Amino acid sequence: MMDITQNYFEFLALPVTYQLDLQALSERSRELQKTLHPDRFSHLSDRERRLSVQYTAYLNEAVATLKNPLSRAQYLLKLEGIDTFSESQVQLDPMFLMQQMELRESLEDIASASDPDADIERLRQTVEQEMKSLREQFDSYYQQSTPSAHEAAAVCVRKMQFIDKLGREIEVLEDQLFDE
Amino acid sequence: MALLQIAEPGQSPEPHKRKLAVGIDLGTTNSLVAAVRSGESTTLSDEGGSHLLPSVVRYTEQGVVVGQAALAKASVDPFNTIVSVKRLMGRGITDLKGLQGEAVYRFSEREGGMPYLQTVAGDKSPVEISAEILKTLKARARATLEGELEGAVITVPAYFDDAQRQATKDAAQLAGIKVLRLLNEPTAAAVAYGLDQAAEGVIAVYDLGGGTFDISILRLNKGVFEVLATGGDSALGGDDFDLALAGWFLDQLGGKEVVAGESRYLTEKARWVKEQLTDHESVTVDLDHAGQRISLDVSRELFDSLVDSLISKTIRACRRSLRDAGVELDEVQDVVMVGGSTRVPAVRARVEQFFQRAPRIDIDPDRVVAVGAAIQADVLAGNKPDSEMLLLDVLPLSLGLETMGGLAEKVIHRNSSIPVARAQEFTTYQDGQTAMMIHVVQGERELVSDCRSLAQFVLRGIPPMAAGAAKIRVTFQVDADGLLGVSAKELSTGVESEIQVKPSYGLDDNEIADMLKASYSFAEEDMVLRNLREQQVEADRLLSSLEQAMQADGQALLTAEELDHLREQMAILQTLRDGSDAGLIEQGVKVLSQASDFFAARRMDQSIKNALKGHSIDEIEGNS
Repeated sequence: MMDITQNYFEFLALPVTYQLDLQALSERSRELQKTLHPDRFSHLSDRERRLSVQYTAYLNEAVATLKNPLSRAQYLLKLEGIDTFSESQVQLDPMFLMQQMELRESLEDIASASDPDADIERLRQTVEQEMKSLREQFDSYYQQSTPSAHEAAAVCVRKMQFIDKLGREIEVLEDQLFDE
Repeated sequence: MALLQIAEPGQSPEPHKRKLAVGIDLGTTNSLVAAVRSGESTTLSDEGGSHLLPSVVRYTEQGVVVGQAALAKASVDPFNTIVSVKRLMGRGITDLKGLQGEAVYRFSEREGGMPYLQTVAGDKSPVEISAEILKTLKARARATLEGELEGAVITVPAYFDDAQRQATKDAAQLAGIKVLRLLNEPTAAAVAYGLDQAAEGVIAVYDLGGGTFDISILRLNKGVFEVLATGGDSALGGDDFDLALAGWFLDQLGGKEVVAGESRYLTEKARWVKEQLTDHESVTVDLDHAGQRISLDVSRELFDSLVDSLISKTIRACRRSLRDAGVELDEVQDVVMVGGSTRVPAVRARVEQFFQRAPRIDIDPDRVVAVGAAIQADVLAGNKPDSEMLLLDVLPLSLGLETMGGLAEKVIHRNSSIPVARAQEFTTYQDGQTAMMIHVVQGERELVSDCRSLAQFVLRGIPPMAAGAAKIRVTFQVDADGLLGVSAKELSTGVESEIQVKPSYGLDDNEIADMLKASYSFAEEDMVLRNLREQQVEADRLLSSLEQAMQADGQALLTAEELDHLREQMAILQTLRDGSDAGLIEQGVKVLSQASDFFAARRMDQSIKNALKGHSIDEIEGNS
């Protein structure tokens, strides 16, 4: 029933760019929530409420996708016809994979370390640094806007996925350490 | 400041036009009802002047007793007197084995694994027992406000899962209350504080009730209360403090086995000691045991050591929620305390130590949730058309599906803003497979067996294909109440299956209808009338909202032909509505709804454009 053909950027009236103004994103999101949220339709008919749930769900999905630097990058590539959301197997250069294995080993060592908190903090900083540099690389390739540059940008995204996963595993480990 | 306008009496509709709507805090230990009157939200008291209704239900051969009178009999009639029923909501019998303190009841298991409590008045489900508490509050509200209720906002712990939320909504339905919204307790508390203080910025709400713990991190901005993250434990509360102390009593008494009534006697004594220790450094308690009276001294220090690990658990949840919210400790401008258990000095001290600021306690922590809920109920009932207030919540626990090997694949992650919809594609794993089991689970763990099972259903009629060739799209949709609906579709054939998730341990719609019928307040005739009334209300709603929409946008968004057609359809529904056939009205509502869907969608698009007016297309293209 909901018929939205606009992409997330258009829907939120934001420029299609990787260097998104997050402040503007949350302002637009708030403005639209005030118009679309089901609570605005609570005393109206079922149909209005159902429609508003669909629109608000689309809005929330749009905001969540654009807010996160990784999914924002993936979404931009998707608009260029490259789908990195549902890839199951990817090829990455051996250097990168080696480095990933080392990072993973240091993650595994943390549980038995003498000062796990400090090790976690160090690893987290490494991950953040790595992510930051990949984001910059992505943006510069993306801005070149040629098919080969888009492919190179896609490689950055695949690397970011690895790093992102590692970041989440650090969080899981942190929870486990806290729960003990 | 927009927030303050909400309370201006001049903006309220005429008193006789105001719709009566209340906020209900359905608590583990106590429940409350509040309403906005003369622009101010206050809790309502019973004839005796007490605001807190003990959440205790006692079944006798003569009928049901709720509240203080039931509580007074808790230790002499333990099997028929149900306390803390909230801890049983949405739970299966197997879950209850893990909960301490509930062992006193006699459960009888029925199909579906939902626990029924054996009482002198027959087997009662937790949903029915909660409904008794809600009925009492509803009666109080009707007596105080002198009128019929339009509906209620009922609060639930933010960390309640889908089954627990659904059970709460079912209880309201059974009590004959229309739920305007299920609202998370910390969000309600934030509303109560936010309106008072006209606050902006990030706040943390620490909510330790009788049986549940919640921590929520919210951002307040121009009337919008946005939950950034939430966490907690739906089985940790002040009751556990009492149990810890009662356990210590038992050790001092020689650790002997106790009968059902005595364990409740000890926890009641423990609660009394806990409450005394809020204002005193130590207290002496007399315990009657095995025909003797024994005196014990309990110091605050001893009590603190008994509950220390429980408090630590809550602090860990605070740390995790801050991280999930992406908020640094020093960004938190205020910490709000909610729930009676935050009166424990050790709790306040630990929270202050963690957040590095003194927590706010200026609104009575027992009442703050109901007060906030009533403010939202007033807005949702349509009494405050100019209100800017909007509450945006998140999903507390990830939702997922069982995949091969008993693993849970997350479809929607915790702390996603709701409403939310997400689809995921799955495939068959055997050649010629024609059916697929869809098992919906909630929780953060990897293994399905460690998550909460919400529902199972089978998608049939998949055409036989090679393994991996079929494409099955499963769509999860969570509404603003945090309730889940799931649909599954095989993409090549369009075979579809849809369920409103009714939790494995819940009541299905037929059971609720039966219970409604069985309850003495609705005779058969009443049911027919009630149904007709409901359909008429829905028809009126549709007609009036369509009428308004046509007045506002009919000229701009509809062709003359479309306008005429809609007018015709509306006239038909009006005729049906004035008749007395509920079924026909229901049909008519459906037909008119469908016929005007396109108009509703056009209006929605129009309002999106208006909302973003001023952000021109130049701006969109400017940077790209």
